[in-house]
Amino acid sequence: MNALLFSSTLVVYVAATVVYLSYLVKPRDVLGRVGQGLVAVGFLVHLGFTLNRYLVAGHTPITNLHESLSFFSLAIVGTFIIFERRYRAAILGSFIIPLALLILVLSIGFSNGIMPLNPALKSKWLFVHTVMAFLGYAAFAVSFAVSIMYLIQSHFLKKRRLGSLFQKLPPLDILDEISYRCLTFGFPLLTFAIISGAIWAETAWGTYWSWDPKETWSLITWFIYAALLHGRLTTGWRGRKAAWLSILGFVIVLFTFLGVNLLMSGLHSYR
Amino acid sequence: MNIIVVGLSHKTAGVEIREKVAFAPTQMAKPLNAVVSLPDITEAVIVSTCNRVEIYATTRDIAGGMARLKRFLADYHNFPLETLEKHLYSYYGVDATRHVFRVASSLDSMVVGEPQILGQIKTSYGYAAEYKSSGLILNRFLHKAFSVAKRVRTETKIASSAVSVAFAAVELAKKIFGELSDKTVLLIGAGEMCELAAKHFINVGVRGVMVTNRTYERAEKLAEEFAAKPIHFEDLFDQLHKADIILSSTGAPHFIIGGKDVEEVIRRRRQKAMFFIDIAVPRDIDPKVNDVENAYLYTVDDLNGVVASNLEQRKIEAAKAEAIVEQEIGQFFKWLSSLEVTPTIVALRSKFDEIRKAELAKTISGWKDLPPDGQKKLEALTNAMMNKLLHPPTSVLKNPEQGNRTDLYIDALRNLFDLETAAPEQDGMMELEE
Repeated sequence: MNALLFSSTLVVYVAATVVYLSYLVKPRDVLGRVGQGLVAVGFLVHLGFTLNRYLVAGHTPITNLHESLSFFSLAIVGTFIIFERRYRAAILGSFIIPLALLILVLSIGFSNGIMPLNPALKSKWLFVHTVMAFLGYAAFAVSFAVSIMYLIQSHFLKKRRLGSLFQKLPPLDILDEISYRCLTFGFPLLTFAIISGAIWAETAWGTYWSWDPKETWSLITWFIYAALLHGRLTTGWRGRKAAWLSILGFVIVLFTFLGVNLLMSGLHSYR
Repeated sequence: MNIIVVGLSHKTAGVEIREKVAFAPTQMAKPLNAVVSLPDITEAVIVSTCNRVEIYATTRDIAGGMARLKRFLADYHNFPLETLEKHLYSYYGVDATRHVFRVASSLDSMVVGEPQILGQIKTSYGYAAEYKSSGLILNRFLHKAFSVAKRVRTETKIASSAVSVAFAAVELAKKIFGELSDKTVLLIGAGEMCELAAKHFINVGVRGVMVTNRTYERAEKLAEEFAAKPIHFEDLFDQLHKADIILSSTGAPHFIIGGKDVEEVIRRRRQKAMFFIDIAVPRDIDPKVNDVENAYLYTVDDLNGVVASNLEQRKIEAAKAEAIVEQEIGQFFKWLSSLEVTPTIVALRSKFDEIRKAELAKTISGWKDLPPDGQKKLEALTNAMMNKLLHPPTSVLKNPEQGNRTDLYIDALRNLFDLETAAPEQDGMMELEE
C-alpha cells in the first residue's frame, strides 16, 4: 500500500513535470491548467502516502533521508500550490515542480524500509522540529525557483527579448514579492526549528548547543537569510541582488540538509 | 512629372542614425525652402517622426532628383553621405506611391496599425502647405494617401488590433511592476507621443502623474489637462526618485538623464525598479541607464517586440490593407495622367462656353429690333472669339515641347479661371479637417 502510494505520486509528478516543461516552450494555456490539476492530484496522493506511513510507523515519518526527502518534496509542492493559487501564475510550476520531482527521485536512492524509531528520536519534539525545518526549507526552495525566474525575466527585459516565455513569466515586482513572502515564511520557521532543536537537544543530549555540523550549518543558513531580510528592509536589497542571495541561500540549505548528512558525521547523521 | 521618395525609417536605420537626420517640427520652413530650391525639384513635403525621416518631391529628372535629395539630407545635417547612403531608400512612380500610401496607412509602422502616423503626415503636409513647398501634385498625392489610410482604417481591423507604442509601453510597465495603481508617471517634455502614452497610463489607472517642461507654463498647462502635478525643470533630479515610470520626449539635443543620475536616484529609492521610456529623437536618456541595476530603459525602437499576440489576425488584416493600397494606386495614377491635359482643356472650354452662352442669352432677350439672322451672327462671332482666345493656352498645354511644366500651367489655369471646383473627384480634401 505504502509503496503503491509512493510510486503513484512519482508517476503523477513525472506527468506534471512533463506538462509544465512543455508549457515552458509552448504558448498553450491549457497546459498550465493540466499541470495544475496533476499537481493537485499528486499532492493528495503524496499526502496520503505520508499519512499512511505515519500510521504504519507510529511516528512522524521524517527519520531518515528517504522520508526527509519525500517530505521536503511534499512541502515544496504544498507551498507551490499556495502561491500558485494566490498569484495565478501557472508558469511557477515549470520551475518548482521539476525541483520537487528531482528531490522525490533522490529519495528513491535511500532505504525506504520502515524502521523502528531510533531511541534518541523518541520525543514529542520530533514532529515540531522536523516539520518546521522542512516547511522552512520548502519556502526557501520556492524562493530559489522564483529568484531564478526573476533573473531570467530581468534578463529578458534588459536585453529586449520579449518572446513567449517573457509573456508567461509574471512581472518582476511580483516575482520579487513572492520570493520575499517565501523568506518571511521560511525564516521564522527555520528560527523555530533551530530553537526547538536546541530545546530538544537539551532534553535528549543534555546540552542546548554542541556545534554538531548540522547545527553549525543551520546557523550559517540562518545568518544568510537574516542578512538578506535585513538588507532588504534597511538598504533595499531587492531585485537581482536579492535573487542571487536567495539562490546562494538555497545552495547552503541543500548543503545543510544533504551535504551534512552524507559527508559529515555528527549527531544528525540519520540515513 | 514624377513623384520621388527618399528617406530612412526604423526598418533601415537605428535610432542613433535617425536622430541625426531628424528635422525639428517647429522649424520646417528652412529645410522645405531649401529642398524646393534644388534644381529640378518642384514640390516637396518633409515627414520627420521618431521612426522615419522622408522627403516626398516631384521632379522631371528621377535619378538626379533622388541624388540631390540624398545629398541634401546629408549636407543639411552635416552627416557623411557615405554613411547615410546605406540607410536610405528611394522610390519613384508607382513604388513611391505605394510606399507613401503604406506609410500613411500604418502598414510600414514599427507597430503596424498604430494610429499616430497619419496625424504626423498630416502635420508634415500642413507645414508644406503653409510654406508653399507642396503644389498641385503633392497636394493631391497626400490627400489621396489620407483617404487610402482612412479606407484601410475603416475597412480592415488593422487599427483595432493595433497596439500603439503607447500601449506597448503600458504593457511593458505591467511586466515590470505588475499593478500600476500605486505607481507614479513622470512626463518630461510634451511630445504628442509622450502625451498619448501618458493618457494610456492614466487610462489603466496609475496613482499620479507629474509633468515637467523647460518652460514651466507649458508644464502647468499640460498638468492641468492630466490633473497632474507640475514641477520645475530645475527640480527634476529632486523629484525623479518619486517617479516609477518616466516618459521623456524633449527637444533637447543631448542626453538630459545619464547613467550616474539614475544610479543615484535608484539608491535613493532603495532599489525600487524604474522604467524609462525615451520617445525623443534625438534621445533624452543615456543608453547606459539600462545597465543600472533595477533600471529599465526602452526607446521607441525597443517597444517593438511587445506585440506578440494577435500576429496571425494582423497578417490577414494587413493583406486586406495591402489590397486596398494597390487598388488606390491604380486610381491615383489614372488621375495623375488625366491631370496632364485633356480634362483641363475640357473644363476650360466648358467654362468659357458657359459664360458665352449666358451673356449671349442676356443680350438677345433685351434686344427688340434684332435682325432675323442677328442671333446666328452673334453666335458665330462669340464662338470665333472664344476659339481664338482659347487657342494659345490649348496649344501650349497640348504641346509638351513648349510646356516644360504642364502641371504648373494646369495649376495656374485652374486657379486663374477658378476651375478647381469643376475638377473631377475631390475625395480626400475633407480629410484634413478631421
